[in-house]
Amino acid sequence: MPKARGHRLLTTVLALLTAVVMTACGARTGEDTPAGRVAEVDTSADTIKVGLLNSLSGTMAISEVTVRDALLLAIDEINAAGGVLGRQIEPVSEDGASDWPTFAEKAEKLIRQDRVAAVFGCWTSASRKAVLPVFERNGSLLFYPVQYEGLEQSPSIFYTGATTNQQIVPALDYLREEEGVESLYLVGSDYVFPRTANRIIKAYAEEHGIEIAGEDYAPLGSTEFATIANKVQAAGADAVFNTLNGDSNVSFFREYQALGLTAESMPVLSVSIAEEEVRSIGAQTLAGQLTSWNYYQTTPSAANERFVAAYQAEYGEDRPTSDPMEAAYTSVHLWAAMVEEAGSFEVADVRAAADGITFDAPEGTVTVDGETQHLHKTNRIGRIGADGLITEVWSSKTPIRPDPYLRAYEWARGLAAGDRS
Amino acid sequence: MSIILTQSFTGISIGAVLLLIALGLSLTFGQMGVINMAHGEFIMAGAYTVYLLQGPLSSAGMSLLVALPTAFLVAGAMGVLLEWLLIRRLYARPLDTLLVTWGVSLMLQQLARDLFGAPNVHTEIPGWLSGRVTVIGGDDPLTLTHARLFILALALAAVVALTLALRLTPLGRRIRAVVQHRDLAEASGIATARVDRITFFIGSGLAGLAGVALTLVGPIGPTMGTNVIIDAFLVVVVGGIGQLRGAVIAAFALGVLQAVMEYSTTVSVARVTVLIAIVAFLQWRPQGIYTLRTRSLA
Amino acid sequence: MTDFLHRRRAPAGYALAAVLLFALAPLLLSDFRLGQFARYLCIAIVAVGIALAWGRGGMLVLGQGLFFGVGGYAMAMHMKLADAGPGGLPDFMLLYGTADALPWWWEPFRSPAVALAAVLLLPMGLAAVIGWFVFRRRVRGAYFAILSQALAAAFAILLIGQQATTGGSNGLTDFQGFFGYSLLDPVNRRTVYFVIAATLLALMLLTRQIFHSRYGELLVAVRDAEERVRFLGYDPALVKLAAYVASAGMAGVAGALFVPAVGIISPALIGIVPSIQFVIGAAIGGRASVVGVVLGAIAVAWAQTVLSEEFPSAWTYFQGGLFVVVIAFLPGGIASLWQLATRRRARTEAVTAA
Repeated sequence: MPKARGHRLLTTVLALLTAVVMTACGARTGEDTPAGRVAEVDTSADTIKVGLLNSLSGTMAISEVTVRDALLLAIDEINAAGGVLGRQIEPVSEDGASDWPTFAEKAEKLIRQDRVAAVFGCWTSASRKAVLPVFERNGSLLFYPVQYEGLEQSPSIFYTGATTNQQIVPALDYLREEEGVESLYLVGSDYVFPRTANRIIKAYAEEHGIEIAGEDYAPLGSTEFATIANKVQAAGADAVFNTLNGDSNVSFFREYQALGLTAESMPVLSVSIAEEEVRSIGAQTLAGQLTSWNYYQTTPSAANERFVAAYQAEYGEDRPTSDPMEAAYTSVHLWAAMVEEAGSFEVADVRAAADGITFDAPEGTVTVDGETQHLHKTNRIGRIGADGLITEVWSSKTPIRPDPYLRAYEWARGLAAGDRS
Repeated sequence: MSIILTQSFTGISIGAVLLLIALGLSLTFGQMGVINMAHGEFIMAGAYTVYLLQGPLSSAGMSLLVALPTAFLVAGAMGVLLEWLLIRRLYARPLDTLLVTWGVSLMLQQLARDLFGAPNVHTEIPGWLSGRVTVIGGDDPLTLTHARLFILALALAAVVALTLALRLTPLGRRIRAVVQHRDLAEASGIATARVDRITFFIGSGLAGLAGVALTLVGPIGPTMGTNVIIDAFLVVVVGGIGQLRGAVIAAFALGVLQAVMEYSTTVSVARVTVLIAIVAFLQWRPQGIYTLRTRSLA
Repeated sequence: MTDFLHRRRAPAGYALAAVLLFALAPLLLSDFRLGQFARYLCIAIVAVGIALAWGRGGMLVLGQGLFFGVGGYAMAMHMKLADAGPGGLPDFMLLYGTADALPWWWEPFRSPAVALAAVLLLPMGLAAVIGWFVFRRRVRGAYFAILSQALAAAFAILLIGQQATTGGSNGLTDFQGFFGYSLLDPVNRRTVYFVIAATLLALMLLTRQIFHSRYGELLVAVRDAEERVRFLGYDPALVKLAAYVASAGMAGVAGALFVPAVGIISPALIGIVPSIQFVIGAAIGGRASVVGVVLGAIAVAWAQTVLSEEFPSAWTYFQGGLFVVVIAFLPGGIASLWQLATRRRARTEAVTAA
């Protein structure tokens, strides 16, 4: 093959590239770009499409499939009751495959190709952070159903799970006031939620004179916990604050038990273990330990009885319901209520109508806070039973006002320098 | 003070887990130069064996004991099947074996997902393994957990049994002959293909044993193999190909290093340090702790 | 006549590829699909490097995620700083960090020139250091493969552990602009696609030139009989090092282009599994053929998107099975089918795969 030919081709290609780049330049940063700004909702059909964006494959599928099931249940209920603004809801389900670029890609597809009215889903912080620019860029809406690390307030997202002051802070109040805890050991998986939660816990501890006996992070999926358990035991704290994720809990609690630690001698309060996780970790390993959520399967309310009965009738008697599922179920109903209030499917109208919308959710009545786009939620501390269910031992009695940046807390000052408001 | 002892023991017990998962690999890698990425899934098969046996055998202790030989046979059979179907065609291309077996491991993981579901399953720990022994009492006690001691004993028993089998039995002599010089062994009338298959059976069976042991410390799930396979390879690489004693020393050294680093820094720093240490070590001894001396140029 | 056709085949093929990439794809695909296609092309760029290092050099590079990540993070750091404006801090640092000032190692990335240089030079420098030690000590084969995996894993763990300065497991995301041009504008996103396509084409041509150069012959010789090359007076370590460094540079460039195209770089994209995924496409397409690896990488990535949605379980069996069958029984990949078919006619320059 003559070499000169290749060189000439190379030059041609480079010239072509330069030409393309020179001619095809769009807006500079900061300029308004109307072309890509707002994705219009498809209202041409008799039905209205919404997107469901969950991992149906990969490591997160275990958790996210249950959320998808709860979303579908809520959609069926609304459709059975006549739909939204007289239209039946048509779910378009996409698989995020536990992979963050895939989430962003599928979000883009739902918004631009299917032109859905809203998207429900995402679980991990990483997936939410990956899709956030997509929703903001297209002026579209995401309903995010999982408790998270706070410090975020995007106009394109409604957060129906707890923010930190509805889960972490009340849990600390409970440990300090009810259990008399004076020293804490922090154990977490190495990702953004545990690290941020622990920064908040440390600020809280400093204010209230609680000693932080130690802080350890294990890589996600890690199953070797002998050393961390040794450290926990040696530190002899009053309690452990556990932000470990999924599989790691099995190994951690096995080592913890093997060292002779118990819920009486050194209770563990977990914020990422709900009914579904209890089932896969094993109830006998967890019995007696504490959790902090806004909802349990056992939460007494007429709405919850209906929810649990409907869910188990649809998906099986042995399937537990949990906080993220309940928040997902609630999110669809809240969106429907917002649309009814606005009388329109357009994102701007829905957002404008959001403030003060209430829904009689399984966890109790929740109210949308229009400013932060979070919910007023009641915190409940629960104890894991040997039967795998969690029963409430303490609650905040009234719904807590969402405060994602912890502005109302003096001790949290300086935690979030980048307050985006 | 006792924390140093506790941590040393933790290091040794991490080493025991590493040794168990790497032992079979050391045999197959050393014997045939076969890099079997599906080794992790054989470990998984061993773990699921415990899970399956716990249904019919209601006693947790009984099922664990029954699972030990069963898992050995199950994983061993899978190994023989893999060897017969694919690996024997690829002895001349070791790197391709790595990729082929990775493809197999992908399929085995999906099979586990379809058979047992994506969520992890859990097994009961027998009562006699859930306690602990107190070595030093007092305010600052040194305690060793039964589960960890069991794993240590199992690992050592496996090493001793394997060493004896290799040293004393006619089969062991044949295996060693093939490791040292395949062509000469073949010329001396040893059926190397058969020896290969038996070696693969034993190596994979040991993965099954490791799987049983892993149920005592962690969850059983479709991805458990991927989590350990790289560690297992690192042990073999550091130990030196085809050398049991190398694997033993490497496993305990890495375990203790990991435990010490984890205690004094954080888990992720410990992981990175161990990996960097291995890279540095291979600079010093590229063929591992023990090298098999050959006159081969490759 | 056949000789003439044969000589013209490659340039004609590249011209056809150029038409496909620059004219047909942008015309036929929606903005959304074009964005996906841009992602596949980034993976294809990594695959071109793999063809060089593995296909021709025999080094099974199972840790390309390391270089992909270094290039990607270098670009992402610059884009984050550009978004933050002069003197500003990236948003995630304000949220999760305790640092008031920018870490010193971020500072140089404010400059676009430094960032662009770093995209290429950091991965190549890193590969040069690793390769220097590794190849000098004659670490090769499986040892090298395992070692490169371990390094990719270590890098991912390191990034996750340093959340305040690297964004941790979330990685870096939410980019507004790319060298002053808004990424919100579809026109600019299309331009990013063109840049990626042009880079891929240029690197394919470059690699093809390398294959056909004296150095390319030497590299194949080292792959097939390292000791003989040594006896001939060459230093095989240097020969391998050059290919390894070049492949690292390509992975770095791919990572850097991936960031504006996809809008995210995170540790999940550079660990062990993604590193192996890079090799799968190359292996299925045909490890030693430039066109083969590119088509293989694009096809596998595309099939992943399409089939994994519809049949997640069957897709895994299919991918694993295809991989096993191709590697075991058709080591030259799909590309070798073409070679097998044409070999009877023209027995010239038979560069078969190992």
